[in-house]
Amino acid sequence: MTTISMTVNGKAVTGNVEPRTLLVQFLRENLRLTGTHVGCDTSQCGACVVHVDGAAVKSCTMLAVSCDGSNVTTIEGLANGAELHPMQAAFREHHGLQCGFCTPGMIMSAVDMVNRLGPDLDEKTIREELEGNICRCTGYHNIVKAVEAGAQAMGATGQRVAAE
Amino acid sequence: MYAFSYHQPKTVRQAASLLAKNEDGKILAGGQTLLPTMKQRLAAPPALIDLGKVEGLSGIELKGRSLVIGATTKHVQVATSEIVKQAIPGLAEMAGMIGDPAVRNRGTIGGSVANNDPAADYPAACLALGATIITNTRKIPAEQFFTGLFETALEPGEVIVKISFPIVSKAAYAKFRNPASRYAMVGVFVAKRGSDIRVAVTGAGSNGVFRATALEEALKKRFSPKSLEGVSVSADGLNGDIHASPEYRAHLIGVMAKRAVTAAIGK
Repeated sequence: MTTISMTVNGKAVTGNVEPRTLLVQFLRENLRLTGTHVGCDTSQCGACVVHVDGAAVKSCTMLAVSCDGSNVTTIEGLANGAELHPMQAAFREHHGLQCGFCTPGMIMSAVDMVNRLGPDLDEKTIREELEGNICRCTGYHNIVKAVEAGAQAMGATGQRVAAE
Repeated sequence: MYAFSYHQPKTVRQAASLLAKNEDGKILAGGQTLLPTMKQRLAAPPALIDLGKVEGLSGIELKGRSLVIGATTKHVQVATSEIVKQAIPGLAEMAGMIGDPAVRNRGTIGGSVANNDPAADYPAACLALGATIITNTRKIPAEQFFTGLFETALEPGEVIVKISFPIVSKAAYAKFRNPASRYAMVGVFVAKRGSDIRVAVTGAGSNGVFRATALEEALKKRFSPKSLEGVSVSADGLNGDIHASPEYRAHLIGVMAKRAVTAAIGK
């Protein structure tokens, strides 16, 4: 076992892990942050997307030990207390989910998209950028609308990810 | 995933010595291929040597008439780098076509090149651009580096440090994706440096990346998609699977080459 330390959602955390422990296992099983989901477990579906040092990554395809010393943000770290992050609020407003399983990853990818490309995103860009996030319920229509609106809202408030 | 010992060297020298000491050990760069392969138990290296904390392996710079990219430079950095966009825009575009945004945030150029997946994009760019793969011990021309399916000229204990691309006058990449996996069913990278024209093909060859010499000869007359009309590519040595027959891939090579030449001329 190896002892690792990192900052998760603004809080310093420490844990003992095997080298083969994936980041997503560390988040869900050690830290009990179960908002990050495991969908395909083969780095295709994007349900496990979190931010590591400011960049969206698939946490099922990263070792926890590699994140020693990193700054990690999960879906639990976006809201400001009871106030939803603008991207979360947009997903609710535009009904960007049905079963909700893919939603944490969709939102983390969407926030990363705005951080990289700015708040003015057209439909084509959003659809291309969501290539690594799979939804089996919605047909993506409302997800795309939600991301567009959430991006605008993030731009209006000048907000980047909370805790980053 | 089977258990393994984990090592986090701080220098390339330490990484190389750990790699030499740990028989069947593997370098971990971005891990976007290695970790999924290990999870499926298709690979079970007893040791991983993580390059994540090695200083000075990541970065992009111009050195004379060459673009030099550090081994752990991520695809997103190559795709968005102003230096790359100025020097070889086709290379930046190619990096932006790899995987998806989260994969590009982790995957590295060195990892892609060292893995030499027969459907990976970078090997085609390296071969077409005439890149040199610089390791801790020597410089290997791309022509000699990619030796077969997932096979390279790397020796045990050898670590890629950087990759140097000569700056060409025109270059572009066109990829026909498998609709499910999004990997290249056929990817063609074309590059023109003076009278030297190279066309490298990924995704199609049963022995990995290769140069399509018939197309190169046709383009030497005139660097135009019109030069490729009527030039057929042989299906010999091409992959056939449930996704496409060798003949279909041969046809796609011609189509993708035309698109790549058109794009290269437009830059």
